[in-house]
Amino acid sequence: MKPALELDDLCKSFGKSEIIRGLNLKVEKGERHAIIGPNGAGKSTLLNCLVGKLIPDTGSVMFDGKSVLGRKPHQINQMGISRVFQTPEIFGDLTVMENMLIPCFGKRDGAFELNAMASIDGQKDVIEKAEAMLVDMNMAHKRHDHSGSLSRGDKRRLEIGMCLIQEPRLLLLDEPTAGMARADTNNTIDLLKSIKASRDITMVIIEHDMHVVFSLAERITVLAQGTPLVEDTPEKIKGHPKVKEAYLGEAA
Amino acid sequence: MTVAPTNTRKYGTITFGTLAPWIVCAVLLLTLPLIFGDRGEITIMSQMAIMIVFALAYNMLLGQGGMLSFGHAVYVGMGSFLCLHVMNSASFSSIPVPVLPLLGGLFGLGIAMIIGSFSTRSAGTVFAMITLGIGELMAACVLIIVVFFGGEEGISSDRTEGMPFFGVEFFTHIEAFYVIAFWLLVSSVLMYLFSRTPVGRMANAVRDNPERAQFLGYSARWVRYVSFSASGFFCGIAGGLSAILFEIATESDLNVGASGIILLIVFLGGVGVFWGPALGAIIFILLQTVLGLQTHLWELYVGVIFVCMVMFFPGGIAGLIVAHGVAMSLGKLNLLIRPYLTCVLPGIMGALGLCGLVEMIFHLREAATGEYEMTLFWTDLNTHNFWPWLIFGGIALGGALIARNQTPVLKEAWAEANTIEITSVGEPT
Amino acid sequence: MDLVLVNLIDGLVFGLLLFMLSSGLTLIFSMMGVLNFAHASFYMLGAYFGYQISTVLGLGFIGGLIVAPVIVGVAGAAIERYGLRRVHQYGHVPELIFTFGLALLIQEMVKLFWGQNQIPYFEPSYLDFALFSVGDNAIKAYKVFMIFISLLIFGGLLYVLTKTRIGMIIQAALSYPQTVEALGHNVPFVFMGVFGVGSALAGIAGVIAGPALGTFPGMAFTLGSIVFVTIVVGGLGSLWGALVASLLIGWMTTFAASYNIEMSSILQGIGFIKPEDLSESAFQDLWTLTLPQIGPILPYLLMVLILVFRPQGLLGKRES
Repeated sequence: MKPALELDDLCKSFGKSEIIRGLNLKVEKGERHAIIGPNGAGKSTLLNCLVGKLIPDTGSVMFDGKSVLGRKPHQINQMGISRVFQTPEIFGDLTVMENMLIPCFGKRDGAFELNAMASIDGQKDVIEKAEAMLVDMNMAHKRHDHSGSLSRGDKRRLEIGMCLIQEPRLLLLDEPTAGMARADTNNTIDLLKSIKASRDITMVIIEHDMHVVFSLAERITVLAQGTPLVEDTPEKIKGHPKVKEAYLGEAA
Repeated sequence: MTVAPTNTRKYGTITFGTLAPWIVCAVLLLTLPLIFGDRGEITIMSQMAIMIVFALAYNMLLGQGGMLSFGHAVYVGMGSFLCLHVMNSASFSSIPVPVLPLLGGLFGLGIAMIIGSFSTRSAGTVFAMITLGIGELMAACVLIIVVFFGGEEGISSDRTEGMPFFGVEFFTHIEAFYVIAFWLLVSSVLMYLFSRTPVGRMANAVRDNPERAQFLGYSARWVRYVSFSASGFFCGIAGGLSAILFEIATESDLNVGASGIILLIVFLGGVGVFWGPALGAIIFILLQTVLGLQTHLWELYVGVIFVCMVMFFPGGIAGLIVAHGVAMSLGKLNLLIRPYLTCVLPGIMGALGLCGLVEMIFHLREAATGEYEMTLFWTDLNTHNFWPWLIFGGIALGGALIARNQTPVLKEAWAEANTIEITSVGEPT
Repeated sequence: MDLVLVNLIDGLVFGLLLFMLSSGLTLIFSMMGVLNFAHASFYMLGAYFGYQISTVLGLGFIGGLIVAPVIVGVAGAAIERYGLRRVHQYGHVPELIFTFGLALLIQEMVKLFWGQNQIPYFEPSYLDFALFSVGDNAIKAYKVFMIFISLLIFGGLLYVLTKTRIGMIIQAALSYPQTVEALGHNVPFVFMGVFGVGSALAGIAGVIAGPALGTFPGMAFTLGSIVFVTIVVGGLGSLWGALVASLLIGWMTTFAASYNIEMSSILQGIGFIKPEDLSESAFQDLWTLTLPQIGPILPYLLMVLILVFRPQGLLGKRES
């Protein structure tokens, strides 16, 4: 089977400092793949290359056999890639329900699911879809709340719901539990696990928190100084000497 | 604690409730000329109607799209000028007057599509500055390109030359009013519907969080462009209506000053509520015509009201009204009556006292030498006397002190009126 | 050649005047992220206070030059403290609208106290003579005085920003306000100070420009939008950009106003034939266009072009 996401010989440098050097990575379809690594390993640069914010110097990023590079963020999204931001990015001035309706208008190929000029009041199916997603995310009772005043965990659930309602084939998660309380973190982990059970979505998780990584990921790539150090299952990664070395430095 | 009531409104239903406001508006527009039949009153109402169209169109950008434009009068002016040229051309005899605003709208749309193609690339300050630059450029062009804009005198015309519309030749103001009222209703309904379309919703989304909107698959620039063009279309309609009413257009219709006034109107009315700008337009025209007759200083008062509004009630008048909705739905509006009487009323009295002082200063400076008498609040007084100054000063100071003293009471009552008793909170379903 | 020199001097005077306004405005923008529409109103207040102090109160021109900017600066700081800081919590658009309303309000206040018409505010008699002449054109001593004051202010600003401790804090707060606050500096106070000093600079510009350009209620709006153009063209937040753009626009408008190049000669030069009866031609305006006519709009044209092709401005680093 062809991999969902394939990075080939990716390089990116800023001035003289090489952030990513010759990165190769394959993410299989339906896999929950975590990318971890110490600070400065190139995680966020890698992510920015995936979402169209940065253009790598050399190499290719293929998603479903099509190149991602050179496309604008909204075009990348239309290919079937959704993204969860480090801090939950939602539309803070709108209600929860309105937030959930916004992603329903677009189709995967960039066309509009609804006639862009038709009133949404009459679009029963779209509204029902959004309602169903709110129920899935356990937020139906908050549908008319002002989303800016939700708790961080709720905002995260809403954001994940907004991504899922697009029915993406790949979900990028950038430190999805950063700055969350333990309970919220565990809720989010459970939510992400249940997504795997109900929908077949490839996930790429960029994460700091080892607790999250080991309870969520099916496969882990450890990044150090811009290249993958090891790639294996969580069990094997746990005791891997190279990983310890990368995290604790040469002295360990 | 302030708790918003749970809203059980269902999405996706068009009921009598959603149609009722529009029906009321239509009936009002039909009957108003019967109540205020005076020629001057009809002109004022026509002016209001045009301003409402303009204000709603402007709010498509400011309120719904979060784009601050300093050159929006350009599209109104362009629509106006085009319509006047059509009215002056030979083909006007085959075009009925009620069609003119549509032509103006299409012209506004065309201009907005050209300018929007580069100005909507970014939002925020860059967008605001481009619109300011375009506004200044256009205003300067009016004086340079005499062929189209007629220079300083502008372009004038005569609406009665047009093809009779079902026998109506638009000699009277009331006939023009009904054309304007018709277009007001049509464009407001269309603008309301636009705000309910996916594009309208996406405009909100892009305003709130452009990055998120982009990663839901929408090009922020495209959404801004569509809003901008649509707004230009309705501005053009307003321009066409103004051409019908005034039969003249000059540089002052599209310069940056005119754009500033619409910003003031929209913010005064309230950007967060659909009908807010309409309210702002009505109030502003009332202030302009009624207050303008009473005092030379009306612009100063409007400026003070505006600055106070931005500082204390950024939601505008509509925002203030909507804020009372919670108390009303809880049936606690009566709690507010007493504090309003003891706090807001003295505040207004104090403000009026201050106005009296300001008017006397103005009189001192402007009146011919030897003229000491002036009429203020239906009273004759001598500005070179000590007593009027003392009385007005006393009212101003007293009102301000009482209002200040009573503010905590008002705040407490407000909090109380917006609180649901713990016992009445049920589990939301 | 004489005309070029005269224009160079006139453009320098206008450019440095613009810089006194744009330097304050660009500093305020970098710190608070808000474009202050009322900035030129402080310039106007400077002129009016200067007039009031020098002529009516009888303290003389120098008295006005010293006292008026102080009053304007205090007024600016008070407006920041009690107005802008309050509006800040609502976001950038209300802030911008607040300063816009303030500009309207100040204009109306000025009308209330000093009337609609231009007031008789003139340069002091001891500066009202021809210092030297270029060809047949006499250069007034007052112009040289304006250049001198502007350069003095520019030097002072440069010294404060680069050599003093408060200057270091301001520079740091321009780029990293949170960090500076975390280091224990009272950033709101610094903001208020910068706003006050920026307003005072505008006030000085008003005091010295009032006699030269005329003191009337519309003076703020006339110059205000040009100042905006200047800081946008130079790059928002860039002090050097503001200087370059001020001089550029100063010279551009002065030269455009004094060279009567006609469009018809250009059109004929590239081979078009001038129609006999212009009133019938749809392009009659193109034929009668002259450079002084389009001079005043050149800055706006420049700004729109800059924003479209180089949104960060000439020397700016960031967009918006």
